[in-house]
Amino acid sequence: MVDFWASYAWPTAKIVLYIIAIVVPLLLAIAYLTYAERKVIAAMQMRKGPNVVGPFGLLQPIADGLKLLLKETIIPAGANRVVFVLAPMITFILALVAWAVIPFGPGVVLADINVGILYLFAISSLGVYGIIMAGWASNSRYAFLGALRSAAQMVSYEVSIGFVIITVLLCVGSLNLSDIVLAQQNIWFAIPLLPMFVVFFISGLAETNRAPFDLPEAEAELVSGYNVEYSSMAFALFFLGEYANMILMSAMTSILFLGGWLPPVDVAPLNWIPGPVWFALKIAACLFVFLWVRATFPRYRYDQLMRLGWKVFLPLSLAWVIITAGVLVAMDWLPDTIAG
Amino acid sequence: MNPLLADYLPILIFLGIAVGVAAAAILASLILARQKPDSEKLSAYECGFEAFSDTRGRFDVRFYLVAILFIIFDLEVAFLFPWAISLGTIGMLGFWSMVAFLGILTIGFVYEWKKGALEWE
Repeated sequence: MVDFWASYAWPTAKIVLYIIAIVVPLLLAIAYLTYAERKVIAAMQMRKGPNVVGPFGLLQPIADGLKLLLKETIIPAGANRVVFVLAPMITFILALVAWAVIPFGPGVVLADINVGILYLFAISSLGVYGIIMAGWASNSRYAFLGALRSAAQMVSYEVSIGFVIITVLLCVGSLNLSDIVLAQQNIWFAIPLLPMFVVFFISGLAETNRAPFDLPEAEAELVSGYNVEYSSMAFALFFLGEYANMILMSAMTSILFLGGWLPPVDVAPLNWIPGPVWFALKIAACLFVFLWVRATFPRYRYDQLMRLGWKVFLPLSLAWVIITAGVLVAMDWLPDTIAG
Repeated sequence: MNPLLADYLPILIFLGIAVGVAAAAILASLILARQKPDSEKLSAYECGFEAFSDTRGRFDVRFYLVAILFIIFDLEVAFLFPWAISLGTIGMLGFWSMVAFLGILTIGFVYEWKKGALEWE
């Protein structure tokens, strides 16, 4: 009995506590990202943004959440009921589960698996299922078109994201996310791999269906695309999943290119600040650019979007994989790979 | 505990908790909110019209083409992962083998491009 407690029950309870310590701040971050989005865009357009609910409108996201909770869940008559309800759940679950492997600081990681980046890549690829299922199950023209567009767009940009990740891996020699961060102690990969950093960030915008690539929800023509038939909590789960994916994409950008939890320079006042704070600051900076881009750029046309993905980013990132590998081999700069 | 299990168990528990949170959110809304469906509310949205035709009809074949292209290139990325982290130990032969493989795929890519498979006029 004592053995059972020491070897199973207590470790499991500890894991559950860690997970709660990730999920609760994450959900709060999502809520306040929506607030930040409205405030930042309002400021850029010389408006005030939400300012009625609570001081400075700070309770606005809570009010929105409660309001969605109390709305009627509408399942259209022609819909496949099970798939219709499963779709937002899958989107939300995948957006949460990806956070299991993210290192927040040196050793501060829930599951330090040795294929961390592969896991993230796989989970973000699965995200397309939620959208395609929503579009199909709704049995509505707009939802179906939106889902098709969204799926085609996500898979197109995923290819270049894959190649960009490969260039980073070439410089690291490990799939473990903590190793990727530690390999950037001398220089952040954003500097030697600057073009790939840009490609990754723009692909991240397309992957999360954000402006200027928000064609799937093009409100003027598709009345918000794949989630047009959703209401209440089902809609809220899509919304939360989308914003969680934005934060995840920013976290991936920080880990792959901006040195994760490492301070910009390893000198006295900067390295007193704990790693998770640096990591959060970097994520916040990336998210600000996400919002800034939305307030600045007009929406792409669909042919332009596909052209950028297949005819610009794909050849560019493929070439960069070869160039990086070639330079590393020629200069004998390859990292020491894991033995065995 | 088996080290592999110890590494992946947190992910499994995380998955369980995420499923729980998602299901709880939907159920809470179903219980708390007043459900009062009627036939107008439940019909598919089509800008106020009755739906003109069934949605599950034909759609543009180019989406299918994109899916095929994606499979080819994503497989390529999957092959590149092990190559990228072991490049230090497989030497020049490993490097040039992959360059040859990527070269063949690039020929295919150029062919698609010239054929117009990437055009969305």
